[in-house]
Amino acid sequence: MDPVLVAQGVVSGILFGGVYSLMAVGLTLIFGVMRVINFAHGDLMVWGMYLSWLLATRLGVDPAVGFVACAACLYLLGAALQRGLVDRIVDAPHEMQILLMLGVALILENAALLAFGPEPTRVRSSLTAWTVWVGPLFVDMARLTAFAVALALAAGLGLFLYRTDLGRRMRAAADNVYGAQVIGTDVRRVYAVAFGVGAACVGAAGALTASFLPFSPALGLSASVASFNIVIIGGMGSLVGAFVGGLLVSLAESLGAVFFRPSLKEVVSFSLLILILLFRPTGLYGRRLP
Amino acid sequence: MPLLEVRGLDKRFGGLQAVRGLDLAVDEGEIVGLIGPNGAGKTTVFNLLSGFLAPDGGEVRFRGRSTRGLKPHRLCRLGMGRTFQIVRPFPRLTVLDNVKVGAFARHVRPGAALERARAVLAEVGLAHRVDVPARSLTLPERKRLELARALATEPVLLLLDEVLAGLNPTEIDQIAPLIGRINARGVAILLIEHNMRAVMAVSHRVVVLCFGEKIADGAPAAVAVAPRVVEAYLGADDEARGPA
Amino acid sequence: MTWIGLGALAVLLALPAVASPYLTTVCTLIFFYGYLGQAWNLVGGYAGQLSAGHAAFVGVGGYTATMLSLEAGLTPWIGMWVGGALAAALGGGIGYLGFRFGLRGFYFVLLTVAFAELLRVITSNVDAVGGALGLYITFTGDPWQFQFQDTRVYYYVALALMVGATLVAWLLERRRFGAYLAAVREDESAAEALGVNTFRVKLLAMVLSSFLTGIGGTFYAFYLFSLQPGTMFGIPLSVEIIIRPIVGGAGTVAGPILGSFILTPLAEVSRLYFGQGGWHGAHLIVYGLLLIGVVLFLPEGAYPRLARALRRRGR
Repeated sequence: MDPVLVAQGVVSGILFGGVYSLMAVGLTLIFGVMRVINFAHGDLMVWGMYLSWLLATRLGVDPAVGFVACAACLYLLGAALQRGLVDRIVDAPHEMQILLMLGVALILENAALLAFGPEPTRVRSSLTAWTVWVGPLFVDMARLTAFAVALALAAGLGLFLYRTDLGRRMRAAADNVYGAQVIGTDVRRVYAVAFGVGAACVGAAGALTASFLPFSPALGLSASVASFNIVIIGGMGSLVGAFVGGLLVSLAESLGAVFFRPSLKEVVSFSLLILILLFRPTGLYGRRLP
Repeated sequence: MPLLEVRGLDKRFGGLQAVRGLDLAVDEGEIVGLIGPNGAGKTTVFNLLSGFLAPDGGEVRFRGRSTRGLKPHRLCRLGMGRTFQIVRPFPRLTVLDNVKVGAFARHVRPGAALERARAVLAEVGLAHRVDVPARSLTLPERKRLELARALATEPVLLLLDEVLAGLNPTEIDQIAPLIGRINARGVAILLIEHNMRAVMAVSHRVVVLCFGEKIADGAPAAVAVAPRVVEAYLGADDEARGPA
Repeated sequence: MTWIGLGALAVLLALPAVASPYLTTVCTLIFFYGYLGQAWNLVGGYAGQLSAGHAAFVGVGGYTATMLSLEAGLTPWIGMWVGGALAAALGGGIGYLGFRFGLRGFYFVLLTVAFAELLRVITSNVDAVGGALGLYITFTGDPWQFQFQDTRVYYYVALALMVGATLVAWLLERRRFGAYLAAVREDESAAEALGVNTFRVKLLAMVLSSFLTGIGGTFYAFYLFSLQPGTMFGIPLSVEIIIRPIVGGAGTVAGPILGSFILTPLAEVSRLYFGQGGWHGAHLIVYGLLLIGVVLFLPEGAYPRLARALRRRGR
């Protein structure tokens, strides 16, 4: 096995890990605050990608910048979903939550299918195809930017949760809803913000990857599964876990593609998921689902 | 030989020793009350006895055989029934169907299970509500249902976890005599209860738990005035009141 | 209720004599998906273990019978039982792992999806079973090979399957196993305390359900004359399987049937209307809306609400 190839796999894996982490952070935030499992997570990401494409092709906005708008739109969509639908099932049995979010996922995925067709699309950005050589390894600038932005956003989220009043109230609500209400928190608003931020994270992740990964509506499912994979490994409800998990899973998949056939990459992630589910569903950092 | 024999029962959760060295016995046909301040470990003991939790140490023998490693459904088949502190009816099933599940433990034929279920429901006074979905029942009715379900499994030992909790005095006066009637048919009962009047009135013997340890074991009248017991309750009361 | 059922059955038996071939085909699909839904209902509705990967059993059943037919010349009439048995073994395996390790709710759903997707990807990459292109069955019209010139035979086979599965559900409901399934669904701990071996009950439900689903896989393969990993193992099929019982009423005998009668024509209509380009995502949007509607307004499904309304009318 060529060591350069392996090293390249490691580099690519880590860089893409930033995006995975961002996706997972969004999912774990929603779960941590509301105990809702967002089955539509991957489909939200796909819409982030298509929004980025729309902005690029219709308004000429470079995706390297446009992701901010995508994140903002997804925030609004997420908050609306929460207010309109999720709010009603926050206390419902898990099966009902799963079915509801599955319904949302079906709608999102097939609306994208209707609007954009099933063929894979790509977006060109100023960063696409710009590679930098570091010794024998090449670094894809689009991926590097994605990694840097993901890192920045995750850090920003951390600041939000630990330094702002709303963020603190959100953490309080995640810990103890009743207590949070006692200190005057508008829990519904906190939930809406949490879902919105979660959606914005995954929307940004989508927009960032759109410039170097071909995408189609069908990506929604694999993105959702990938997010669950990471969050389960890292631990439901733990932001650190989601971040670390994202890097780990990305690394595992990348190396899996190097050592085995790339098309078997999914075999690695699904097998990993099954193993984790069986042996450590609480993940590295997380807490057990009630 | 006692029906239920517990020796040196231990259970810890992380750093907390929930149950420490508990010795307990229940003879056939006895009613033993298990009391103690909140957090004394009483429900933990029930969970340990009925197979929902595995002990860290000690031995439990039921009808002469060790219960180590036996799951709750096995213990039920062996004759140990239990109710839960917070009642757990099968919400979408009717009262009758709820009890049939219990009856099926002893009768495989649906017809026989149905008969047994109806009989038990008549005994607990729910015959007029058999076709109502369990989630529509009032709390006292749910308590009767919980009792009926466990009774339908034809236990020789019944673990009752705060069956009177949450009921007003009138409701208590209606349900408490049931316990005596069940016992009169030969079912031994181990009951956790906070209502002192009821426990002292109905039990043959009372065991007092405090912070996971047994501090008294004897006839109700004697236990009620035992200094350690009085101190445990009054002391706990002081803590509950907190700084004035 | 039983009289309505028997009357409807009589109508259905006579239908192909008067109906158009198109209507017969739609009905065949209604019965087939109703059958799959009823098979799922045993573990997903009655036992309350939500499996979103039942397509795995369709795939195993279908591919097994097809491979046996193509490679060994074994008639699918026997092959279907082998396929069913293998599917049951898989279901037992998944159930054993999931339940032994205490996976419930969301975690169990994810486990079932992971297995189905794993099978899909593996099948896509193994050329011996056709790889990504899949397998094709040449049309011979030989009934011994589970192929019929007259499409009405498929109608009756599908109807027999659906009635058969419904009978299984109806019989189970009345017996101890049915009561235990419901108890496990409602509250596992309470069920345990009442002598129910919840692990065994869930496992049995899973094995039975996957066995029946596997047999359905053979029908599916030989009805379509082709198998692809995506169609046989994919999430879209799993969605088709679960949506009918959920909308119609999970955990009831009539639910999957009612659900299929409502949803299958709906899917057909939207397929006709939006069918350009060969994809038919539009009916899935309707499925999504229905799922949301059911969760918010009709959590038990259509049948229980209907039954209550009819009972009230009867008074």
